Amino acid sequence: MADTPKTVFTNGTWKENPIYRQVLGICSALAVTNLLANTLFMCAGVIFTLALSSLTISLLRNLIPKRIRMIVQVLIIASYVMMVDITIRAVAPDIHRFIGPYVGLIITNCIIMGRAEAFAGQNKPFISLLDGIASGMGYSFVLIAIALVREPLGFGTILGLELPAKELWWHQWTIMVMPPGAFFMLAIITWIARCISAEKSKT
Amino acid sequence: MEQLDMNIFLSMLLIFTSAAFTDNILLARFLGMCSCLGVSKKVDTSLGLGFAVIFVTASTSAINYLIYKFALVPLGLEYLRLITFIVVIAAFVQFVEMVVERVSERLYNALGIFLPLITVNCAILGISLFMLNKPFNFLQTFAFGAGGGFGWFLAITLIGGIREKVNERAVPAGLAGPGITLIIIGIMSLAFVGFSGMIKL
Repeated sequence: MADTPKTVFTNGTWKENPIYRQVLGICSALAVTNLLANTLFMCAGVIFTLALSSLTISLLRNLIPKRIRMIVQVLIIASYVMMVDITIRAVAPDIHRFIGPYVGLIITNCIIMGRAEAFAGQNKPFISLLDGIASGMGYSFVLIAIALVREPLGFGTILGLELPAKELWWHQWTIMVMPPGAFFMLAIITWIARCISAEKSKT
Repeated sequence: MEQLDMNIFLSMLLIFTSAAFTDNILLARFLGMCSCLGVSKKVDTSLGLGFAVIFVTASTSAINYLIYKFALVPLGLEYLRLITFIVVIAAFVQFVEMVVERVSERLYNALGIFLPLITVNCAILGISLFMLNKPFNFLQTFAFGAGGGFGWFLAITLIGGIREKVNERAVPAGLAGPGITLIIIGIMSLAFVGFSGMIKL
């Protein structure tokens, strides 16, 4: 398989999008999307961890013994997640209070393990770094889409700013704030995205 | 907390029920979704993984509590908690796998294939991280872990049962698979929201 930077990029962001194609990393996609600000911090954390852990695992790919590779990968990922955790706590303590446990859970985010196993373990460092960034962006783009629906409908705000002329037309959809709203939104986005890619592959 | 200490058994029961129902780890906290979507196609696989999860969450949350309270906090190393917890979980799962293999072949055949899946199940690490935000003592932590695991078990088994039925029906092409499962989980989560507010911790 010839992986040029371009195919790696389109695969990560669209064709093999981690969320709606491979159905990985769903937990955080649901949990942090009630406010756009939380989502942006989470996405930045995931892109950072994914890119650097892919790079590191790819650099070490010939040194890690096959039998214990899982635990080595987990340790590499956990070290980057710790950096993200400490940084978010310092930069945005309010947001950290809400998304804190989910930042820790980036360690067990299956996208990262998945990319490490499927790609970074066999490929050169530069292309693995690119692959990590692409998958991270694919993840972010779905999360931001969900948050852009949930925050306005649930709270009437975008990034904490009130929608224009809110009191005239806006009515709170409480369900969008609650967990079920997250499940329904993700289902709808998966549905739309899969229909679009099915149309494309037909033509 | 004094009141809770007076009746330790009652408080454990309360924590167990609230972790299992009002604060369901899968339906309200969204943890363990990946393995849930992957495994919940049938009731019996759901049951197997569910039991394994109950056991592992209850044990690892208790072990992690002890390590956090008696090793990390006194040494001022709280920031190492993520790495410590994940290592404890991975080691524990590996250990259980070896013990089960030795002790009972039947149990190994039933649970064995699920154990490696558990290390990367975010519900386990999640319970260990959520317990840090709560003022629990050792036994209460154990109840919290067991309750969280039981809630996950309950949710995944019910989802498995519904999916067995849904798979026999025609579903719109783009919605088949993960899409329809997410909608099922959404409706179930709506039902579990009904429990909220019944127990306050």
